[in-house]
Amino acid sequence: MATTSVDQIHGGPGPSVPVPPRPLRRSRGRLALRNTLVGWSFILPNFLGFGLLTLIPVVTLFYLSFTSWNVFGTAQWVGLENFQRLIGDGSYHTALFNTLYYGVFHIPLTLAASLGLALLLNRKLRGVAFFRTVAFLPYITSIVAIAAVWNMLFSPEFGPINQFLTAVGVSNPPGWTTSADWSMPAIIIVSVWRDMGYYMLLFLAGLQTVPGELYEAARVDGAGAWSRFRNVTLPCLRPTTFFVTVLLTIGSFKIFDLILVMTGGGPGQSTLVLSQYIYNKGFVENQFGYSSAVAVSLFVICLSVTVFQFVWNKRRDA
Amino acid sequence: MAADVTAVAGYRQPPRKLSDPVKRALGYGALIVASALIMLPFVWMIISSLKTNNQVFTIPVQWIPDPVVWRNYLDIWTAADMSTWLQNTLVLSVTVTFLQVLTGSFAAYGFSKVVFPGRDVLFLAYVGTMAVPWQAYMIPQFIIMSNIGLNNTLWAIIALQAFGAFAVFLMRQYFVSIPDSLCEAARIDGMSEYGIWWRIMMPLSVPAIASLTLLTFVNTWNDYLGPLIYLRSPELRTIQLGLQTFIGQYDAEHALIMTGSVLSIIPVAVIFLLGQRFFVEGIATTGVKG
Repeated sequence: MATTSVDQIHGGPGPSVPVPPRPLRRSRGRLALRNTLVGWSFILPNFLGFGLLTLIPVVTLFYLSFTSWNVFGTAQWVGLENFQRLIGDGSYHTALFNTLYYGVFHIPLTLAASLGLALLLNRKLRGVAFFRTVAFLPYITSIVAIAAVWNMLFSPEFGPINQFLTAVGVSNPPGWTTSADWSMPAIIIVSVWRDMGYYMLLFLAGLQTVPGELYEAARVDGAGAWSRFRNVTLPCLRPTTFFVTVLLTIGSFKIFDLILVMTGGGPGQSTLVLSQYIYNKGFVENQFGYSSAVAVSLFVICLSVTVFQFVWNKRRDA
Repeated sequence: MAADVTAVAGYRQPPRKLSDPVKRALGYGALIVASALIMLPFVWMIISSLKTNNQVFTIPVQWIPDPVVWRNYLDIWTAADMSTWLQNTLVLSVTVTFLQVLTGSFAAYGFSKVVFPGRDVLFLAYVGTMAVPWQAYMIPQFIIMSNIGLNNTLWAIIALQAFGAFAVFLMRQYFVSIPDSLCEAARIDGMSEYGIWWRIMMPLSVPAIASLTLLTFVNTWNDYLGPLIYLRSPELRTIQLGLQTFIGQYDAEHALIMTGSVLSIIPVAVIFLLGQRFFVEGIATTGVKG
């Protein structure tokens, strides 16, 4: 047996394998067929919905991006025309810029906040479970309720946030969601508040894997709290930090519903992001082809950033 | 021996004993400040829901409503079509969750315990689509949904949410961790594959099923974009969609908006508090393994 497999690996002709007796072969074939049928019978109920409403849309997305199509008529193949249009589309540039603006602040701030919370909660204090629940509560709260309450908190004249800022001596507090300069920071604050509990859970799970002996050893060597954090916690958390960063990045590029209900992309185009641009072009202006091209660009950006992160992570590991 | 222990203890105890209470107090202090900040929007939501509309925005902020206006919690039912919205959302959340758990775990069995050609390629297609943002393919999806005539019916949301790749992925991860020898033993005893799924795999997967149930229910309850795109008729509105249209129409009714928000959060908060353990486990397993 061993020689046979080696020969096969090397691609040599190999000794003639004895042909198994017929009945056995047939029953093997029948077993494979039976397994295929059984396997598909399990998968099929889910696959009907998944194939029709996820797999086919994902595939047709790429086709649609090369067509010109509004609700009336049929899709016309236009080649790269949609993508050429993207290059000169000022609103698209704004949406792309705003998406990056959001990501550049949302990713590191959420990372820091969730890691900080996880470190605070990773001790044997009484009531830790309660604090963990509190930190996670924003994540399970609906976007509509979140937007409603934060829009009131951010209210420029009478909102509690600006009242507080005035009280501590800020003479000209920002207009938040009513001002083109401050609407994106307002969105970022809310999304960090909402997401940090979720990523905190991932960090807490990661912290469980840090061996306690390492801290003991560092303590014996006289390492202070900061040094233990830098030289023990952070290196041991690398896989978690990497994973959280990837998730946060994908999440940042997908940001949509929070902005849609908080500012609707405004004032002006100050919070218009890629996802909303897809929505506007597709569902508001019915330009299915062009909107698919924007969607493809979003997908390609998401994918390349993720691949880049994986490659970079590999190189740092090596 | 004894001398050794005391020597070690003597070396390490003094600095600890001095700093421990201080450290503990600092830890609690930080935790209390952090959670107060996190909870502030919720607190503001609840107190505003118990005020008259004029008292919501005052200078300075009135932290204790006076008088306490419980009436808001009665008025909201007539001011807005809350009962229809809640009913639609409940029907959708329960149906979607049921179908999702059923078809998801069923498919997961095929992907983890039955060996057949093409299985892994198919699973790769499932996982691959999870990497594509939903926003990217919502338009082709909408076109298909319109063509099969589900647009503007509650079925659209059910079809949209009940067959997700995430459920298959979560359940498969759990099924893979259950030893194959259990299935083999059951097969030898003459149990059918469907029997093994129902009588062996499902009872052993209660934690995963609980996680999936809670996550799916909360996601469907909170979904805003799906209903926004697919549900046009007012009588089909879910609580999120309804609340958002209410805010659009009566944006000056601050107190009632907060009352509606509180009511929309309560069911999810209760479910979360009851099943918190499963949320945490679900996120930890799919998160870290994925």
